[in-house]
Amino acid sequence: MTTSASTSTTTTGTTTTTLPAVAVTADDGPRVRRRQRRRGLAPGKPWPASRLVGPLLLIALWAAASAAGQLDTGAIPAPWTVLRTGVNLWTDGTLTTDVLTSLERAAYGFAIGLTAGVTLALASGLTRSGEALIDGTVQLNRAIPTLGLIPLFILWLGIGETFKIAIIAIVVYIPIYLNTHAALSGIDHRFVELAEVQGLSKVQFIRQIVIPGALPGFFVGLRLGVTGSWLGLVVLEQINATSGLGYMMFQAQNYGQSDVILVGLLIYGVFGLLSDTAVRLIERRVLSWRRTLSS
Amino acid sequence: MAPHTEQLTRSAAVQLRGLTRSFEDRTVLDGIDLDIPAGQFVALLGHSGSGKSTLLRAVAHLDHEVVGSGQLTAPERVSVVFQDSRLLPWRRVLDNVLLGLDGKEAEQKGREALAEVGLKGRERAWPNELSGGEAQRAALARSLVREPELLLADEPFGALDALTRIKMHTLLRELWKRHRPSVLLVTHDVDEAIVLADRVLVLDHGRIGLDLTIDRPHPRSYRDPLLGEYRERLLAALGVTEDHK
Repeated sequence: MTTSASTSTTTTGTTTTTLPAVAVTADDGPRVRRRQRRRGLAPGKPWPASRLVGPLLLIALWAAASAAGQLDTGAIPAPWTVLRTGVNLWTDGTLTTDVLTSLERAAYGFAIGLTAGVTLALASGLTRSGEALIDGTVQLNRAIPTLGLIPLFILWLGIGETFKIAIIAIVVYIPIYLNTHAALSGIDHRFVELAEVQGLSKVQFIRQIVIPGALPGFFVGLRLGVTGSWLGLVVLEQINATSGLGYMMFQAQNYGQSDVILVGLLIYGVFGLLSDTAVRLIERRVLSWRRTLSS
Repeated sequence: MAPHTEQLTRSAAVQLRGLTRSFEDRTVLDGIDLDIPAGQFVALLGHSGSGKSTLLRAVAHLDHEVVGSGQLTAPERVSVVFQDSRLLPWRRVLDNVLLGLDGKEAEQKGREALAEVGLKGRERAWPNELSGGEAQRAALARSLVREPELLLADEPFGALDALTRIKMHTLLRELWKRHRPSVLLVTHDVDEAIVLADRVLVLDHGRIGLDLTIDRPHPRSYRDPLLGEYRERLLAALGVTEDHK
């Protein structure tokens, strides 16, 4: 015990005396030079159309592999085959009908989900009674996998359009509700004080402080909701549809038409990308006051 | 306002009688009596935790959930400047200044207030484009535009660098001279209190330990040797003994 104690004191003694001197001599020179070279921690200016770089590269790889004959055309047809199939389906009119059907489902489901999510979040985030009634219920709903509700909804609503739209609406409203509600109830207490000092009425407080303050959270939910609407659509149309893009793909699977399946997947992908971009553009306009890394 | 606090009839700008506030079982304000005449510039000094912010928040009616008693009178139009500028990041500077007001007339006043604090031309800027000093100027403009009878300031320059703080002192004093509100400035900076205020209070254990009138002409210099006496008395009241030999 005594020996270990004495050694520890001597080591600490030596380090405390030598460390500062060593640190200064060793670090001084390089630190100055490093500072001049430093370019900052932000990732720098964004590239033009940078989001397209990855997908284009993937398509290029796909085309190259097809041209080199490295891919089994039965499993993965060449991009130009897929393109030709797409054009053929478009010109004979079947694709148009299927796309429009799918778009309509996604749009209805999304619109209902958006309205429900925002309304419930406002009711629950702004009133105590609303919170007591709504928040727990939504959390319960969230715990149930929405796609697991499909069999029940078919029994209740039939296998028509209604149940599909209902499922998509549920997939959409949950993330919108959760994020908007969190943002509404997480309003900075300092701003509440400010509103009191400035003599704002309850309505002014909600309109000028609570809602604008919750918008960033709402947009997080909105983007998740948009993605969710397509996810829900894909699953629904592949399992329980009699029309739409998913149905088209399901039929193609039966006939071994992998090019048609790829056409369907690509259209889903393009729609997903477009809707997400649209939300981002709106977000950037509405939240222009935020100067973040991406702007 | 905390419960059990009756409104007194209006005479002095601020009137406190036996104002008591406590958190849990700790008494932060212990029966404070204080009159602030209309138009007086008062600084309130104290250690951190001495209750100076509690006093300011009580006068601002911001202490809903605090247990307390006593009587309190404050004017109708009260503005508060916080330590942080507390500008809403999603409103442009002018819209921040106009928070809670509307109409063309208010907008004109808002522009004038911004010009007065030296932010002319920055009306359309976003708060996060402003420096710390500019943001605090905008906060001053926001409090001015309501033509307050009483201006409460809770360490408004505490987060600013020393140079900006000196400029802000001059600005605040000028604004006060032009608009003549009563001012209650909470600060922990003895020099700030001496340079700015006509009366300095020291809060000690929930009571006013020293009430000192500073009878020196403005603008005051930090180097004025006569102010040294005041400084020493204030530091002594704060329990700090200065060793400058």
